[in-house]
Amino acid sequence: MSELNHKELGLSDEQVLEMYRTMLLARKIDERMWKLNRAGKIPFVISCQGQEAIQVGAAFALDREKDWLCPYYRDLGMVLTFGQSAKDQMLSAFAKAEDPNSGGRQMPGHYGDKRFRILTGSSPVTTQVLHAVGIAYAGKLEKKDHVVLTTCGEGSSNQGDWHEACNFAGVHNLPVIFMVENNKYAISVPLDKQVAGGEIWKRAEGYGFPGVRVDGNNPLEVYKAMKEAVERARRGDGPTLIEAVAYRLVPHSSDDDDRTYRSREEVEEAKKKDSLLQFKDYLLQHGVLTEEKEQALLAEINREVDEATDYAEQAPYPDPQETYKHVYA
Amino acid sequence: MPVISYIDAVTQALMEEMKRDPRVFVLGEDVGVRGGVFRATAGLIEEFGADRVLDTPLTESAIAGVSIGAAAYGLRPVAEMQFADFIMPAVNQIISEAAKIRYRSNGDWQCPLVIRAPYGGGVHGALYHSQSVEKIFTGVPGLKIVMPSTPYDVKGLLKAAIRDEDPVLFFEHKRCYRLIKGEVPVEDYTVPIGKADVKREGTDVTVISYGLTLHFALQAAEQLAQEGISVHVLDLRTLVPLDKEAILEAVAKTGKVLIVHEDNKTGGFGGEVASIIAEEAFFELDAPIKRLCGPDVPAMPYSPPLEKEFMLNPDKIATAIRELAEF
Repeated sequence: MSELNHKELGLSDEQVLEMYRTMLLARKIDERMWKLNRAGKIPFVISCQGQEAIQVGAAFALDREKDWLCPYYRDLGMVLTFGQSAKDQMLSAFAKAEDPNSGGRQMPGHYGDKRFRILTGSSPVTTQVLHAVGIAYAGKLEKKDHVVLTTCGEGSSNQGDWHEACNFAGVHNLPVIFMVENNKYAISVPLDKQVAGGEIWKRAEGYGFPGVRVDGNNPLEVYKAMKEAVERARRGDGPTLIEAVAYRLVPHSSDDDDRTYRSREEVEEAKKKDSLLQFKDYLLQHGVLTEEKEQALLAEINREVDEATDYAEQAPYPDPQETYKHVYA
Repeated sequence: MPVISYIDAVTQALMEEMKRDPRVFVLGEDVGVRGGVFRATAGLIEEFGADRVLDTPLTESAIAGVSIGAAAYGLRPVAEMQFADFIMPAVNQIISEAAKIRYRSNGDWQCPLVIRAPYGGGVHGALYHSQSVEKIFTGVPGLKIVMPSTPYDVKGLLKAAIRDEDPVLFFEHKRCYRLIKGEVPVEDYTVPIGKADVKREGTDVTVISYGLTLHFALQAAEQLAQEGISVHVLDLRTLVPLDKEAILEAVAKTGKVLIVHEDNKTGGFGGEVASIIAEEAFFELDAPIKRLCGPDVPAMPYSPPLEKEFMLNPDKIATAIRELAEF
């Protein structure tokens, strides 16, 4: 990790410990979902593994009382930071009636929760990036000072909607932050076959606002860049593009087999840079965390995930008649 | 009551709704200083300023997508697609997003958005300024589709659309803009979405239509009255939700049905209307259901004889009605 120090960023020991806890919770929920999938209990998983530092570091820099999220399907760490729980995730994974995102209508990872100003999302990629611009524009019309964060993968940043959104937000100088979580793969296609030039952050220049690239394995570096972007947006100076570079540690989804397109050596190498390991080291070195505290934290998280899983497994499915509701007001 | 044109009814509805509700704003290409290429938004920027009469970059998907975000937030955007033909880049936003936001969020989120689009031919607009695009959207639950034919209906339905809690596609026949005039009350009123309207009472043949062809049907009916054929004309006004009861009533009235629209015959909305009649009013029929529609060619050509061949007109409709009357 770089030499950034959390205190210099204005973060207390408690806050960085909370960051770490949220990253760990996201990882443990994700790992449990894979086990449930392989045990035949849930049909599908799409993962955040490898991107927890980006999602948690970014969300911590926003105002969780008034800012908005238009996330994408990997942003488990982000929605947890904004207020969703392990139980919410498991209710979604088991497609139960109480799933707060969709009442069991959508696949897992399709977040949406009005309680926390997380806009409902779909599967076609980057449609939400334009919605973020719309929410930012609405804030301008209503004279509110909220900031909107929207995310997507590096492959998705090729979509027309992404470019239309950057241009629109640039023209109208809107309080929206575009973050690309570059995990090096769009399902099987690597960065060099997805992104001409390989540097997404540079695209910002063409749209007339700043672009930065950060180490997505370092939550403090993501936090710092996001904090600056939020301040810029809040004071009316317009959008920022942040490219956070990490690595997708698992296959695209539970239906993918990444052995068909990348070597085990490459994945093992990336695992050595896992943000959870690096951030743990940092916290140990700075005396924020001890091995004892870590064990207690893990036990607590495991209990939380167990309880969420049990609850969701036993929770009722939606009534079949629900199929016909909410087509129109 | 003052007599105004079809396009003035659009402008008046926008002006009055923007005055009534500060959440209403319009956005689209050239809608600001220019007042729209058809002038539908003329005068709005002077009244409400550039923030509420927003000239967008030339990006239809962004017009729809930004509107969807603003609608989900709680505003009431009225987006203009400059021509219905150019709605294609926005189809993903309309079908994958606007139509499904309420459903996919289990009612948590909503999308009270209006997308206005001038459609239809007979204006020397050629392939890409003449299309009828409603059949792309009529099979997408979650959307409402309004296609008015008169200034009265335009104003009342556009106001209803803006006040509606769901996404509404509001298709305006561009040939009607200055051709069709009619009485419109000065006081505030709405026309309910989902209600058809009998535009002419008759006893021999029922014509079901909407938009410009509705006027052609009325002209044909006038002509045929002199030949002793009494034509009943039903204006659907709204395709989704569809006023089935009004269709069934209109069928029962004469037992002979002609469905007319400018959109292509295959896959066109007339097929759905015909199916409903076949399923639910078969024993009311005294003749096979007949459809008169735009031909199944990709779009309307530029050259006058070709455009004329594509377009329907009162004579073509009168001929079809005569055949039915004689059946």
